[in-house]
Amino acid sequence: MLVKINNLSYIYNPNTPFEKKALDNINLQIDEGDFIGLIGHTGSGKSTLVQHLNGIMKSTSGSIIVDGINIYDKDANLREIRQKVGLVFQYPEHQLFEETVYKDIAFGPKNLGLKDEELKQRVKSSMELVGLDYDTLKDRSPFELSGGQKRRVAIAGVIAMKPKLLILDEPTAGLDPSGRDEILDEIRKLYLKEGITIILVSHSMEDVAKLSNRILVMHEGKIIINDETREVFKKASELEEIGLGIPQITSFMREFKSKGNDVRDDILTVEEAKEEILKYLRRNKNA
Amino acid sequence: MFYGNKKDGVQNMDDIMIKTDKVTYEYKSNIDDSVQTAVKDLSIEVKKGEFLVILGHNGSGKSTLAKMMNGLLLPTRGEVYVSGMNTKDEDKIWDIRSKAGMVFQNPDNQIVATIVEEDVAFGPENLGVPPKEIRKRVDEALSTVEMLEYKHHAPYLLSGGQKQRVAIAGILSMNPECIIFDEPTAMLDPNGRKEVMGTIKKLNKDEGKTIVLITHYMDEAVKADRILVMSDGEIALEGTPKEIFRQVEKVKELGLDVPQVTELAYELRKEGIDIRNDVLSIEELVDLLC
Repeated sequence: MLVKINNLSYIYNPNTPFEKKALDNINLQIDEGDFIGLIGHTGSGKSTLVQHLNGIMKSTSGSIIVDGINIYDKDANLREIRQKVGLVFQYPEHQLFEETVYKDIAFGPKNLGLKDEELKQRVKSSMELVGLDYDTLKDRSPFELSGGQKRRVAIAGVIAMKPKLLILDEPTAGLDPSGRDEILDEIRKLYLKEGITIILVSHSMEDVAKLSNRILVMHEGKIIINDETREVFKKASELEEIGLGIPQITSFMREFKSKGNDVRDDILTVEEAKEEILKYLRRNKNA
Repeated sequence: MFYGNKKDGVQNMDDIMIKTDKVTYEYKSNIDDSVQTAVKDLSIEVKKGEFLVILGHNGSGKSTLAKMMNGLLLPTRGEVYVSGMNTKDEDKIWDIRSKAGMVFQNPDNQIVATIVEEDVAFGPENLGVPPKEIRKRVDEALSTVEMLEYKHHAPYLLSGGQKQRVAIAGILSMNPECIIFDEPTAMLDPNGRKEVMGTIKKLNKDEGKTIVLITHYMDEAVKADRILVMSDGEIALEGTPKEIFRQVEKVKELGLDVPQVTELAYELRKEGIDIRNDVLSIEELVDLLC
């Protein structure tokens, strides 16, 4: 168990006419090796929740335990928490500030006390993980890079801290389809190869269906669904009611089944749909 | 290379909303001062009443092209005409911008006032429209985007989709014939996207506005009358949604995507299943397989 959240609430402007419960009694456990998709419409509390996980925001009530440390303990070392829980904000490229790509990525690990060769290796491996070439890019100004590259530099800066849990808040917003696929592939690699536990906040049902093994659905500050990805997308009408949806391919399979065709309706990707339809067509041919 | 849509033969100039004639846009790179070309010798026409979608990967030149369509950027070479007016004609620039309005990605950057109806009134006020007429236009514009009941609200309390619809109303109040949308749904959640796409379709079908929509979402592009795909500042593909998306490999080569059902139909064909290659919707594919 990596993170345990108990009865967490956060109230904006308490005791004023503008009082608003942004988080309403959240209980959640995140295990090592989870790949969580966090979905919900704007204002549902997703960003507020993830900002609590590394202590950037402090709850009104409740507790959070990260890797055995109660982050609201008086002696809790928040620096240690922020090393363990890496948070990549929306449009993270807006937070680049150093003169060179190297310096920007090195900023965090340097503060951890890394020096010389160790620091260099850390920067280099972080860049490689997000698909940036160390030799050609390390001395460039991050501001000269393309949008997708800038975003990678920002992600590399967080990965360089070697977090156990990496939270990405809409990492593909504004990217074109191939840029989106590249970033998602790199996230998948971080998960599979580096064993980092991931929380992916996204508005794209297709993306979370492809990548995550568990989905949290937030609505009005509450977690209303917490289940395996395949189970969550069976609840089409429930999701549509709160302004979300299911991937087009899942929707197609459900529609096809409803016409009396005996196929699985819990399909998540085009690849799975292809296998299932081929099986079905061949079965019918032989019948 | 395609030069506009010539299927209808010779066209009357009056049918043309926007025309670019051999337009090139160059800028100096901020890395090494070399000259970069964002748009290369491009000639296109946008017909009145048309719903045109422009696709292309990041850096393909589509936003530069869009900004030239209402004179926010002027071409290095070539001419851009909006309703017959050249965007280089300084005396016409305000006429051009009220004929062809523009809506951008981030609604927060486009809203200037602290009350919804004041924001929508900002454009016509600057055009010197009489107050009574402004009142009428603001109410009409807000009712078109279905935000009339929010007219006394503060924009910062609205959702992303609502803010973006207020931004659209701010353009509508200037009575444009054409609206150019530069990734208007990129920052919105699924609900916000649905609201804004609903509004755009309504503006085209019910209000007869010419629409130019730049997007990275293929499910939005399938709604278009015609699609232009840009790559390296040039038109790489042009056609109806069916004509474009049937070219699955080519589209992917250009850094884009196809709808999931289109991809499934394509994959099934590859496996020898006899199925049309221009499927765009769930209903079509269900019908074909049943």
